[in-house]
Amino acid sequence: MKVTMAHGSGGESTSKLIKDVFAKYFNNEILNKLEDSAVVGGCSRLAITTDSFVVTPIEFPGGNIGRLAVCGTVNDLLMSGSKPMYITCGFILEEGLDLDVLERQVASLAECAKEAGVTIVTGDTKVIENKGAEPGLIINTSGVGFISEDAQPIGPSCLEDNDVIILSGNLGDHHAAILAKRMGIENNIKSDAAPLSEAVNNLMEQKIRVHAMRDVTRGGLGTVLNEFAESSLCDIELYEEKLPVSSEVKDFCGLLGLDPIYMGNEGKFVLSVHPDDAEQALSIIRSSKYGENAAVIGDVKKINRATDMHKVVLNTAIGGKRVIGLMYGEGLPRIC
Amino acid sequence: MVGFNIKEIVEELKNYDGEEVRIMEVCGTHTAAISENGIPSILSDKIKLISGPGCPVCVTVTAVIDKLIELSMRRDTIVLTFGDLIRVKGTSKSLAEAKGEGAHVKMVYSPMETVKLAKEDPDHTYVFAAIGFETTTPVYAMVLEEAIKNNLDNLKLLTSLKTMPEVIRFVVKNGGGVDGFIAPGHVATITGSNVYKELSEELGIPFVVAGFEGAQLLLTIYSLVKMKGKGGFKNLYKSAVTENGNTRAKEIIEKFFEPADAAWRGMGKIKGSGLVLKEEYRKFDAGSAMLDEDNMPPGCRCADVLVGKIKPCDCPMFGKKCTPDTAHGACMVSTEGSCYNYFISGRQ
Repeated sequence: MKVTMAHGSGGESTSKLIKDVFAKYFNNEILNKLEDSAVVGGCSRLAITTDSFVVTPIEFPGGNIGRLAVCGTVNDLLMSGSKPMYITCGFILEEGLDLDVLERQVASLAECAKEAGVTIVTGDTKVIENKGAEPGLIINTSGVGFISEDAQPIGPSCLEDNDVIILSGNLGDHHAAILAKRMGIENNIKSDAAPLSEAVNNLMEQKIRVHAMRDVTRGGLGTVLNEFAESSLCDIELYEEKLPVSSEVKDFCGLLGLDPIYMGNEGKFVLSVHPDDAEQALSIIRSSKYGENAAVIGDVKKINRATDMHKVVLNTAIGGKRVIGLMYGEGLPRIC
Repeated sequence: MVGFNIKEIVEELKNYDGEEVRIMEVCGTHTAAISENGIPSILSDKIKLISGPGCPVCVTVTAVIDKLIELSMRRDTIVLTFGDLIRVKGTSKSLAEAKGEGAHVKMVYSPMETVKLAKEDPDHTYVFAAIGFETTTPVYAMVLEEAIKNNLDNLKLLTSLKTMPEVIRFVVKNGGGVDGFIAPGHVATITGSNVYKELSEELGIPFVVAGFEGAQLLLTIYSLVKMKGKGGFKNLYKSAVTENGNTRAKEIIEKFFEPADAAWRGMGKIKGSGLVLKEEYRKFDAGSAMLDEDNMPPGCRCADVLVGKIKPCDCPMFGKKCTPDTAHGACMVSTEGSCYNYFISGRQ
């Protein structure tokens, strides 16, 4: 069975699609009321975010667009130190999309939401004409997280002198998996798409002094740390030998001329923590579901408000120093 | 590399206080690897690294880009290209800008995709922007083999193919002086190391064939410093490079292509420095002959950068008018370009 324009008409076909596909997996007290808007409990400080997912291919080793749609939004909520509570999801389906493919995305999305501890409270479906060769789908998710009253501010401008920089796992897996699939290269690289709830919720509950946190998505670690350095007016030193990268991703990058420092992940985050809390933070992340390869990768140097040159510097394995600038262009593979 | 102690080599290179040594890498991947490993920060001021004309995108003249744009504007033609080339400016615009105006340009990851697309869509002609050195040429030959096997008459190449030895002679004669060459590792896997051994004997300048690991590049630079003024040859990349190279790759190149003069960005036409399709395969050519015009933007000093006369940061536009986001010259566009690498890694 394929998606047709009738599935987006609001009529009988739409109801059937909702019943057979969405309601089958998205089953909770709030959603089951099928009201025009969801009415939920709240708290005095909320984190709110939205993200749209347009990845091609929609299914790839280690994940699919459904899983990604939860991870992206939940992880963004977590990075402000909030506890993700609710998400909404809007589906834009292209005419001709296989209903089995859609059902797999919906099932993944529901499963991932459960793992992340968020409730899907409302949703929407539209159908559009298929303009490309392969009919696909776009998902938008918005999310709400609760921030506790006594939480300290967390953000790129809150880094402090001597903070320790921790990365929650291997770099580049998602980006490499997607590229390999697009290029028809067979390897064992899997996307790392994952909700980071367990690690982050535990860091917050243990009152670890996290000064900044960011999930390492498009633009990669290099882009995130440049934003930290720029906003907090500091330099950041990294140590190449400490950067966790799997040998498969390292080889794949070598082949295509890509740099793992600029490659996107969907289940990793980098944080700047008070040096006295670094060891405990590392152990909390390492004992969480997706954090076994977490590592201390660098530290914060010289908060200097007098200069506007704030650098991220990598100490290379052979004893050199290299400035990690912003990423330019699209991180395209080079040609030879 | 028996007896090779990286710490001692780093110390020697840091503290070197002899005569100035100018070392050129003639491979874009080496340029990128040197930046990635932070090698310039290790070397004494007396050791200068210069990036040569080894990035295929950087040495492509504007006429090739202009021709690709012209082809991509035709109703029945689709131009396929690697990522880097899409952003390089021709005389007035880049393929990316042309695409925004409705030109048919598609970025692909492998030239072999051309075969698949041409097969699936016989109503359009697919033109691949075939640029590159000896390393990439065998893949273009394989594309043609597949096109013949599948009887495809809607697949063509716009070629701008270069070969290494002649341009090295050109740089020695016209550049800013080179005391030693890091010979291109990837190209040498195809051509074999003997080509560079012979060049070192002919020019009296040392050549070392190197791989792309930081430690091997350091050892290469160390060797070239020691070999300054004495000539000589070494192959430190024996795991991939043999004396005679890859026979199968050389055979397939020879089957489809023959040597020809080629136009290099900023350097003009260099005799015998390129490859063109042989007469019997010209039906696959999308119009590659006579694409020599080279309208570099005013003020762009790519030409002096490419032969090592100036460093990228000595160009008045570097980092000001010309950044990776606002690139005027090709050397700032390609991730293998010398200007790009100087810019992103803060090299001076």
